[in-house]
Amino acid sequence: MNPMLLDAKNICAYYGATQVLHGLDLSIAEGGITTLLGANGAGKTTMLRSVCGMVRTTGEIRFRGRAIAGEATEDIVRLGIAHVPEGRGTFVRLTVQENLQLGAMTRNNKAEVAADIDRVFGYFPRLRERYRQQAGTLSGGEQQMLAIGRALMLRPTLMLLDEPSFGLAPLIVQEVFDILKRMNEREKVSLFLVEQNAALALDLADHAYLLETGRVVMAGPAREIREDENIRRAYLGY
Amino acid sequence: MTAMKTRSLSTDLLAFAGALAISLAPYWRWLMFCLVLLIAIPLPFLVKNFFIFQLTLALVYAIAILGLNLLTGFNGQFSLGHSAFYAIGAYTAAILMDQYDVAYYWTLPIAGIVCFVAGFLFGLPALRLEGLYLALATFALAIAMPQILKLSPIEHWTGGVQGIVIIKPNAPFGLPLNPDQWLYFFTLAVTLVLFLCAYNLVGSRTGRAMKAIRDNSIAATAMGVNLSLYKSLTFGVSALYTGIAGALGGIVVQFVAPDSFTFGLSVALFVGLVVGGVGSIAGALFGAWFVLFVPNIAEQVSKGLAGAVYGIMLILLIYLMPSGFAGLFRLVLMRFAQAARR
Amino acid sequence: MELFLHQVLAGIATGGIYACMALAIVMIYQAIDHLNFAQGEMAMFSTFIAWQLIQWEVPYWAAFFLTLAISFAGGYLIERIILKPIQNAPILAHVALFIALFAIINSLAGFIWEYQIKTFPTPFGTHALLSGGLISAHDAGMIGVTVIMLIFLYLFFRYTRIGLAMRAAAANPESARLVGIRVGWMLALGWGMAASIGAVAGMLIAPVVFLEPNMMASILLYGFAGAVVGGLTSPGGAVVGGVLVGVIENLAGTFIPVVGHELKLSIALALIVFVLTVKPSGLFGRSVVHRV
Repeated sequence: MNPMLLDAKNICAYYGATQVLHGLDLSIAEGGITTLLGANGAGKTTMLRSVCGMVRTTGEIRFRGRAIAGEATEDIVRLGIAHVPEGRGTFVRLTVQENLQLGAMTRNNKAEVAADIDRVFGYFPRLRERYRQQAGTLSGGEQQMLAIGRALMLRPTLMLLDEPSFGLAPLIVQEVFDILKRMNEREKVSLFLVEQNAALALDLADHAYLLETGRVVMAGPAREIREDENIRRAYLGY
Repeated sequence: MTAMKTRSLSTDLLAFAGALAISLAPYWRWLMFCLVLLIAIPLPFLVKNFFIFQLTLALVYAIAILGLNLLTGFNGQFSLGHSAFYAIGAYTAAILMDQYDVAYYWTLPIAGIVCFVAGFLFGLPALRLEGLYLALATFALAIAMPQILKLSPIEHWTGGVQGIVIIKPNAPFGLPLNPDQWLYFFTLAVTLVLFLCAYNLVGSRTGRAMKAIRDNSIAATAMGVNLSLYKSLTFGVSALYTGIAGALGGIVVQFVAPDSFTFGLSVALFVGLVVGGVGSIAGALFGAWFVLFVPNIAEQVSKGLAGAVYGIMLILLIYLMPSGFAGLFRLVLMRFAQAARR
Repeated sequence: MELFLHQVLAGIATGGIYACMALAIVMIYQAIDHLNFAQGEMAMFSTFIAWQLIQWEVPYWAAFFLTLAISFAGGYLIERIILKPIQNAPILAHVALFIALFAIINSLAGFIWEYQIKTFPTPFGTHALLSGGLISAHDAGMIGVTVIMLIFLYLFFRYTRIGLAMRAAAANPESARLVGIRVGWMLALGWGMAASIGAVAGMLIAPVVFLEPNMMASILLYGFAGAVVGGLTSPGGAVVGGVLVGVIENLAGTFIPVVGHELKLSIALALIVFVLTVKPSGLFGRSVVHRV
C-alpha cells in the first residue's frame, strides 16, 4: 500500500526539443502542505504542469497509487486534483458566479454545489459582493481568491498552486496564505505549493523541495530548511 | 564495443551534411540566390512560349504575395483586400500606356507610388481595427473594387466592363529575344530587386519595429515605436509591392478588366501567403507556384470536381506543412543542425 | 416619406435573411473563437440535402428536422476529423483550411446537383402580409424562426451547464481542461450546432433566392457584416445587425444615385466599417477589459 498521495519518479519534461526537468523524484504525503522552491526558470511551474498532463513528460506519476502520467488533463483533474495555474487562469469574460460554477463542472449534486459556493464565500467574503461582476474587472488579489475558490469547488484531494503570491500586495498575500492554512486544516485538502517567496512558503509548509535548473537539490521538513542558515543563504538568498 | 556499432554510414552522412549546413548558414541566402538565378536564366530558352508566360505570371504573383506578407506576416495586420491594390496598379499601368503613351517601364514606379498613397490612406482609418474587424474592412475594399471600376462616370478612363487592352512590349536594343522572353527577364529583374529590398527592409530597424508591432503592440508602443506611423507605412509599402505586381501582371496578360480583380484574387494571394510561409520572403515564390499551377492540375484531374481536388490538396498541404514551405525548410535545417551537434 | 418607409420594410424583409446567417456565424464564433468562411457553403449543402429528401417524397417538416440532424452530425465530424489535426497550428492556417473547405463543398454541391437553379418550398406560404406585398408570410415566418432560435440559444448558453462549458472551452481552453471540461468534445458540439443553425438559415433563404451552389456567397458577406455590426459576442446583436444591414443596403440602393445594384454591398460594408471605427466591438458587443 502506497502511503503517499502523489508519487513522482524520474520525471523528465520537455518543451518541444528543450528538456526542462531532469529526472525529478518527488512525493507528497496525504493531508500536508508541501512546497516547491527555487529561482526563476528552475522548473517549478513545469513540475506542476507535468502532474496535470499539460506538458510532455516521461517518468512515473502515481496519484493514490494510480498511474496518471500520459493521461489527458481533464481526466487527471477528475480524479481530485485541482490546479490553480500561473496567472490564475480566470475566465475573464465570465462572471464570478460562472467561474465558481465551472469549478464544479464535474459534480452533479446541486445542493452540495450550492453549499460549497457558500463555503467559498466563507473563506473569501469579498467574492460574495462581486458575485455577478465580470471576473476580468476584479483586482489581482480578488482574482487569486476566485481562482482558489474555483479550485475548491472541485472538492479536491490535492490542490496545486502556482505562485499564489505573484503580483499581490504583502497584506493580501498574508491574508491568502492564512486562508490556505485554514483550508488545509478544515477541508483536509493537501496542498502542493510552488512559490518564489521562500520565507512565506516555508512558514506555511510541512515539507519542502528545492529545485535548481530542473533537478532537486534539497528536500526535507520545512522547519529544518527554514532554520538552516547556510541553506537559506546559499539557495534562498536571505 | 556495442556502443561503436550504433554509428553507421547514414548517421555519419547526416552529421556531415549537418556540419556543412551550419558552416554555410551565413551564406545560404546567397547560395539560394545563385541557385535560383542558375535555374531561372536559361529556362525561357528551353520551354514553349506559353510556359514562359506562366512562369512570368508566377513571378508577378510572388511579388504580390510578398506585398501581402509584409503586411500580414511581418506586421500582423490581416488583409483580405489586396486584390484592390493589385487592380489599382494594373489599371494605372493600363491607363498610362493606353491614354498617355507612357513607356511600360515607367508605369511600374508610378503604379507603385499611386498604390503606396492608396495603401497609406487606407491604413490610417484602419488603425483602430484589429484582427477580424480589419479583415472585414479589407474584405469590403476587395468587393467594392470591381464595382468601382465599372462605374459609368469614369468609364472614359477605365474602359468600363470591357477594360483596356495593352500591347506587349518588344525587346529593347534589338536583343534576339521574343516579347515573351524579354518580358520574363524584365519581370525576373524587377522581382529580384524587390525581393532584395524586402530583405533589407525586414532586417533593418524599421523591420524590427514592424515585427515588434506584430508580436506585442502594447510593448512596442512602450518602447517608443510610433504605432500609427509604422502601421500606416507598412500598409503603404505592402500596397506598393502588390501594386507593382498588378502593373506587371497587366502588361504580361495584356489586358485589364474589372472582373479579373475580384475577391477570388485576394483569396488566392492569401492562400499563397499561407502555403509559402507567413513571415518568409522566399516563401512567396512557393506560394505563387502553388496558387498558379495547382488549380490547373486540379482541373486536369477532374473537370467537374476541380474545386474539390484543389481544396483537398490545400488541406493536405496544411496538414504536412502548417507553417508553409518556409516552415518545413526551417524544420529540415534544424534537424540537420541537431544531427551535426551530436 | 412613404418611399422611405417602404424601403425600410423591404430592408427588414431581406434583413431577416442576413440575421439568420449572422446568428449561425456568431454561434460558431462563440464556440471556436474565430470565423468560419465555409459556413455559407455548409448551409447551402444542407439545403441541397433537404431538397433531395423532398424530391424523394419525404414530407417537408420531416425533411427539415432530418436535415438538421444530418447537418449536426456533419459539423461534428468535420471538426473531429478535418480540424483536429491542426488544432495547434497558427490562426492563418485555420483560415486557409476554411477556404479549402469552401472550395470542396462548393465543388461537390455543383457536381452532385448541378448549377441550374431549383425552387425550394416554404412552409409559410408566399402570400403578402403587409404594405402592398413588401413583406410576405414567408418573410415574417423567417424572422419568427430566427427569433425563436435566438431565444433557444440564449437560454442554452446562459442557463445550461453544457452552454457554460462550451463558452468556457472557447474562451480559455487550458483553464477549461483544468476544471474537467472535455474541450475537444465542446468544440465539436459547437460545430454541430452551428451547422444545424446554418441549415435552418439555408432552408429559409432558399425559397427567396432560389437554390443553386453559389447562392450563399453574397449572403455570407451580409451575414458577416451583420454579425460584426451587432458585436460578435452577442447573438441578439447579430440578429439586430443582420436586419440593420438589410435596411441600410436597401436605403442606400434607393437614395444614393451612383449606387446601382452592384455597389449596394460595398456601401453597406463601408457604413459598417464606419460603425466599427466609432464602436470597435460592435453595437451590442461587450468590450473585454484586459489588464495588461
